[in-house]
Amino acid sequence: MSDKNMPTWEVFLQPKTGAPFQHAGNIHATDEEMALQNAREIYTRRQEGTCIWVVKTEDIVSSNPDDQESFFDPANDKLYRYPTFFKVSKKAKGL
Amino acid sequence: MTKELLYKYVLALGDDALIIGQRLSQWAYKGPFLEEDIALSNISLDMFGRANLFLEYAATLKGDGATADELAFKRNEREFCNHILCEQPNGNFADTMVRQFFLDAFNKLFLQKLIESKDEQLSAIAQKSIKETTYHLRHSSKWIIRLGDGTAESHAKVQSAINNLWMFTDELFESNKIDHEMVKQKIGVDCSLIKVEWDKIIDEVLSEATLSRPENSNMLSGGRAGIHTEHLGHLLSDMQYLQRAYPDAKW
Repeated sequence: MSDKNMPTWEVFLQPKTGAPFQHAGNIHATDEEMALQNAREIYTRRQEGTCIWVVKTEDIVSSNPDDQESFFDPANDKLYRYPTFFKVSKKAKGL
Repeated sequence: MTKELLYKYVLALGDDALIIGQRLSQWAYKGPFLEEDIALSNISLDMFGRANLFLEYAATLKGDGATADELAFKRNEREFCNHILCEQPNGNFADTMVRQFFLDAFNKLFLQKLIESKDEQLSAIAQKSIKETTYHLRHSSKWIIRLGDGTAESHAKVQSAINNLWMFTDELFESNKIDHEMVKQKIGVDCSLIKVEWDKIIDEVLSEATLSRPENSNMLSGGRAGIHTEHLGHLLSDMQYLQRAYPDAKW
């Protein structure tokens, strides 16, 4: 079956209620219901999740690997963005 | 007397699950695409699991040290009492999906009633199985709609499968004297009562799929009495080969 008929979908699983969804992998499907069912068949055989998201791969907007330096490197000398950078006053209670 | 009838009742339910499980397993690594291949294998494994539960219970009822494996691998064709729809060949993907859709709709309604069985073991098996079957029905009914309301070719193939398999559907709702006695004792399910709901599920899905429902003609039955179509013998010779060639072989 051609990719045109069977687009790929990205699968995200929520391991527990309230937990963030995590990328599990991808599957082929012709429609939303088939995408959910195939995700269920492939990625939840061992009770891995409580909820599934599927989204067409083509609908994912991704940053370009070429942008890596300008996107991410500027954060590497800004330790003050970590909460641990700051000294906690001994007077502060209940932290 | 009751124990003997209950044994035969449970055995028939085990045979239904075992034979459709074996049929579906024949799709493994031959599915139309990877995901569906795995889906069919998952359903097959659900049915083998269910067959194991029923046949272990049947073996207990039979006594004399009988085991589920013996019941599965050492009975011949005439001793199997599955519905003949279960043993029909896989054919093309539409044939398999139609067979599955008819059986899933039946199993869902049947298991819903079996949960109310006075027999605790049967009720427990039904409670476990109904969750699986609810999913199986969702899977098969969506395929019927997709194929029926798909291309001209898929529509023709699924309509042809419906026409060919329709003759095996009446048997699902028949009752023999074992069924009558089990219903009387509130152990078994009165299948004549779930026919109306089955018709409703079938009609709704076929209508959405733009498919038509055949007229009843030349309806065939006999599976519960051990009278099968020519396909069961071949299925068993494959399934039972290892135990027949190497009796009592263990993993």
